[in-house]
Amino acid sequence: MEQLALFDASPRWTVSDLTRHLRLLLENDPELQGMWVQGEISNLVRAASGHIYFTLKDSGAALKCVMWKGEAAQLKFVPREGAAVEAHGRISIYEVSGQYQLYVDSLRPLGEGVLYQEFLRLKALLEAEGLFDPARKRPIPELPKRIGIVTSPTGAALRDMLKTLQRRMPLTEVVLSPSPVQGDEAPQALVRAIQALNESMPPDVILLGRGGGSIEDLWAFNDERLVRAVVASRAPVISGVGHETDFTLVDFAADLRAATPTAAAELATALTVLDLKQTLVESVRMLAESLMDLLDRQQTLLDGIQTGLRFYSPLRRIDIEQQRLDDFGRHGNALQAHRLELAGARLNGLQNRLAALNPQAVLERGYSLVTKDEKVVSSRSQVRAGDNLRVRVRDGSFDARVTGKG
Amino acid sequence: MAKNEIKPVKGLTYEEAFAELETIMSALESGEKPLDESMQLFERGQVLIKHCTDLLDNARLKVQALSSEVPADIEENE
Repeated sequence: MEQLALFDASPRWTVSDLTRHLRLLLENDPELQGMWVQGEISNLVRAASGHIYFTLKDSGAALKCVMWKGEAAQLKFVPREGAAVEAHGRISIYEVSGQYQLYVDSLRPLGEGVLYQEFLRLKALLEAEGLFDPARKRPIPELPKRIGIVTSPTGAALRDMLKTLQRRMPLTEVVLSPSPVQGDEAPQALVRAIQALNESMPPDVILLGRGGGSIEDLWAFNDERLVRAVVASRAPVISGVGHETDFTLVDFAADLRAATPTAAAELATALTVLDLKQTLVESVRMLAESLMDLLDRQQTLLDGIQTGLRFYSPLRRIDIEQQRLDDFGRHGNALQAHRLELAGARLNGLQNRLAALNPQAVLERGYSLVTKDEKVVSSRSQVRAGDNLRVRVRDGSFDARVTGKG
Repeated sequence: MAKNEIKPVKGLTYEEAFAELETIMSALESGEKPLDESMQLFERGQVLIKHCTDLLDNARLKVQALSSEVPADIEENE
């Protein structure tokens, strides 16, 4: 018999409410929002949309899984029916069908989980030893003269690195120390390649790289021996292993970690050929500038000296002397004129006096001049009676005779 | 750089040439050199810059391998 609804205190739900409630229950459990689940793949469907649907199962149970297109594209292996895998993701409910399922964000072959555990164990060990200590890391030279490359001689990584180095800094000398980069013998070969490089042609920096691959492909770069060889390398090491998302123990041990081989080559050439050219252009400018400065300074000095020289120049002395001479000259002329005047006056006086003494003038006044034999007779003793005399008067002369002495 | 030890520019590596350029630059900037020598330094500086530019323009990556197992064509992969 049915219970009377009146006394029924049970809550009432719609399917939607209940399903949402369950979904939130699951989603609020942190244990279920990020964990690894082991199982075998079955009912694998790759939808045209790119999403992958499958069921994980083991001997006792099954779990619906979905991997969205975005995450599926990141897969590094091809999941197949029956493959033992580990799926990482969160549990939720697809409300439309009421189906709880695992929303997978990462999927890997089961063995990888073991590898990863080993990776973590070794990483903790080496970290504790201080091998990853940032203080231990050495600076990368800005302008390495020689770059050592440790990688496979046939890989794309080498090609990428050489291409990058040629483009950025072709002045660099590159020494390749070839080694296989995957397989059992790879770790030991890589160690030897690093040692050989340090011993025979020590580079300024070593690029240790390989291209992308699965975690197994990159496994040599998690080898303890290689990690120790990187730490022991005399030249600083830049690692460039796999892709951006790949981290190996060598990356932690390297003095610098690059995301890819190309990036490693870029980090090794901090200064590029373009930077050097820029510096040269600057040098041309500075060189010209210093010379101009120098010439300006010299010109200024020269101007100063020229001014000084003009001051002390013999020409200036000559000018000065000339001026003094001119002054003297002017003074001398005045003096001379005065002197001439005086001389003129004196001459005049003399002339007058001379004129006064002119015998002719005496004759003009009526006196006579008597000579005997060309001698002036000025005394009676000079003559005797009968002497012939010559008498000069104003307008000429005549002869006379002494008749007596009176 | 000793004054009289002037090497022909042609044989200088980029580093050598640039180091000399820097020496010349500071000598010119100090202004202590006689004018005649400064002019010579300036001309030498210009030659060095030209040489450096040529080196940069014509540089090809020099690749050598430590082991003979390496295929001969790696240099062509540049």
